[in-house]
Amino acid sequence: MSTEAIHADHDHHHAPSGIGRWLFSTNHKDIGTMYLIFSLVMLFLGGASAMMLRAELFTPGLQILDPDTYNNLLTNHALIMVFGVVMPAAAGMANWMIPMMIGAPDMALPRLNNLSFWILPFAAIMLIISMIAPYFPGGGTPINTGWTLYPPLSVQVGMGMDFAIFTVHLLGISSILAAINIITTIVNMRAPGMTYFKLPLFVWSWLLTALLLIMIMPVLAGGVTMLLFDRHFGTAFFDAAGGGDPVLFQHLFWFFGHPEVYVLLLPSIGILGMVVPTFSRKPLFAYKPLVYSMMMLTALGMVVWAHHQYTVGMSEAVTTYFMIGTILISIPVGYMLFSFIFTMWRGAMTFETPMLFAVAIVLMFSFAGVTGVMLAVVPADLQYHDTYFVVAHFHYALIPGSLFGIYAGVFYWLPKWTGHMYNETHGKIFFWWTTISFNLTFFVQHFSGLAGMPRRIVDYSPIFAEFNMISSIGAFSFGASHLLFLYIIIKTVKGGEKASDKPWEGAQVGTPGLEWTLPSPPPFHSFTTPPAIK
Amino acid sequence: MSNQPKSNRKLGLGLASIVVGMFGFGFAMVPLYGLFCDITGINRAGGTGRVAVSDVTMLGVDHDRKVRVDFDSTLNAGLNWEVTPQTTTLEVHPGKVYDVSYRVRNNSDHAVVAQAIPSITPWQATEHFNKTECFCFEQQTLQPGESADLGLRFVLSRTLPEKYNTVTLSYTFMDTNRDKMIRNAVSAR
Repeated sequence: MSTEAIHADHDHHHAPSGIGRWLFSTNHKDIGTMYLIFSLVMLFLGGASAMMLRAELFTPGLQILDPDTYNNLLTNHALIMVFGVVMPAAAGMANWMIPMMIGAPDMALPRLNNLSFWILPFAAIMLIISMIAPYFPGGGTPINTGWTLYPPLSVQVGMGMDFAIFTVHLLGISSILAAINIITTIVNMRAPGMTYFKLPLFVWSWLLTALLLIMIMPVLAGGVTMLLFDRHFGTAFFDAAGGGDPVLFQHLFWFFGHPEVYVLLLPSIGILGMVVPTFSRKPLFAYKPLVYSMMMLTALGMVVWAHHQYTVGMSEAVTTYFMIGTILISIPVGYMLFSFIFTMWRGAMTFETPMLFAVAIVLMFSFAGVTGVMLAVVPADLQYHDTYFVVAHFHYALIPGSLFGIYAGVFYWLPKWTGHMYNETHGKIFFWWTTISFNLTFFVQHFSGLAGMPRRIVDYSPIFAEFNMISSIGAFSFGASHLLFLYIIIKTVKGGEKASDKPWEGAQVGTPGLEWTLPSPPPFHSFTTPPAIK
Repeated sequence: MSNQPKSNRKLGLGLASIVVGMFGFGFAMVPLYGLFCDITGINRAGGTGRVAVSDVTMLGVDHDRKVRVDFDSTLNAGLNWEVTPQTTTLEVHPGKVYDVSYRVRNNSDHAVVAQAIPSITPWQATEHFNKTECFCFEQQTLQPGESADLGLRFVLSRTLPEKYNTVTLSYTFMDTNRDKMIRNAVSAR
């Protein structure tokens, strides 16, 4: 492996300091750090709203929230978690790692990078206003639609919806700019010799994620723009009385919404593709087919959206098409999981915190895959539709599938980012605490869902009381576990055992591993001369 | 490597044009979606136009078969009317002509012009449900407090596939004053 040691004194020229360093930053590492901090703050906001929801659902009846406030919090919980936590966290990791992995000095379009981050805090403020505006005089009803924002309800609610629509616009612009930047970086900035099929899996996963983002975010932006026009400018895109069709919005929304699931999932699959070989000390099993299966997932994911709308009255032929397409998705996803399992097979495995998360993800995400196939089947879905079974399914998909993947990445790369090792014991405690409480929260929701408990309701039949109590206890514990997560991160940033350039013994197995040739933490400018690829 | 910033810009702009294209695609869906539904026959809003009695009764009446027809109505938001189907359910023989009516009353304090839009469930039965006279063919005007019986004459075609034993006809009454678009939508029917 080449060792063009990049010395710290390379960055003596204009390493900016003070607030300007962050406000005007064009440095991929600083912007990556800001993305990650933003995402962490939003995680606690979204988590706090989830805690309030679970507190209300602790026992049947209305205790602390009125129905509109409950649904308002529910909508915000989803929007914050999807757009405020997972997407920025994945984008932050992309910013940090992709230039280092492909041997580039920085992102291709650094100023655009600055813009795409600094839109986010304003979008977040707008999102918070959308939640509190209804409680001021003239604010109208809160956003009680859920994150899907279906009309006609979303046309009728108060001015909070307008703020939510602008939030979606801002977040969309931010992630489109980030996606354009990432694609350009990967296509143009690879070091000589870094061919496409030498790219680490994380880079591949982000290339496909970014492609998805530029295809789907504009469609959602178009959909919510029509919603805005319907609300204020007398158009009738979604109003049947004006010749429109409310189902059209559902198609536009889910044309975005389903690929969005893969936008959330793929970066974590990429992280698994780095973590599993490292701690199995074996190259990734069947790397190329794994890349192809990610491409297949991306392509299939674009054309199966209407499986979210089986109950709106589509014809048999159409639902059959969407059913078969959806079930087909289990093939590339199953392939990915098997690939990770075969990477572990007969590997010299050790179980540091990132690896524990990786193994847990393979187990728990498969579970979401199984319930996903159940939901894909039309006659079954007509029963499960809008029940807690769906809630359990997508939390199993999104928490292990994307959030835990991000945690694995955080623990995996924290030594590289900060130059300090985290406390392994604390990491393991966090892992067990968070996975056990997660399962406690969401596993029982399968049962309450199959028994018929509808989602998005503030009150429920007393027959579901036990399940909900277990779920709430699990949720409080799951929420509290993140205080430990915060503590671990702060402690590692502040100090700790010094991390070497390559803190994980097997870190470079099967990939060029350029990021591990840099010191921990890496210098301000990573590669001023392109590194040679083995 | 010297021309790299230029190629970055080129690729960036190329990707941005995909973004603009997809934004346009979202809006292109508005007409295309309606067109798609029309071509494939999905989601056709029961738009069977007026047919002559002779067209659908010439096959004769199928006295052996009985199909249940349910009548239903919905008021679109903002219309202060009272609408009651005078017949809520009817056993019909395919090929025979039937008359039913809806009682409507304007509860608002001003004259209202309304339009009823039919919808048939299951949608596959739509093309076999023929109306020879229907209040839904034209707009209905009611003065404040006025009430009226709105008539409907229909024939269920003998071509209705055997597997459909129940057909529901549902009308949504809409206020035409909302804006011009409704008139366009109605005249298209």
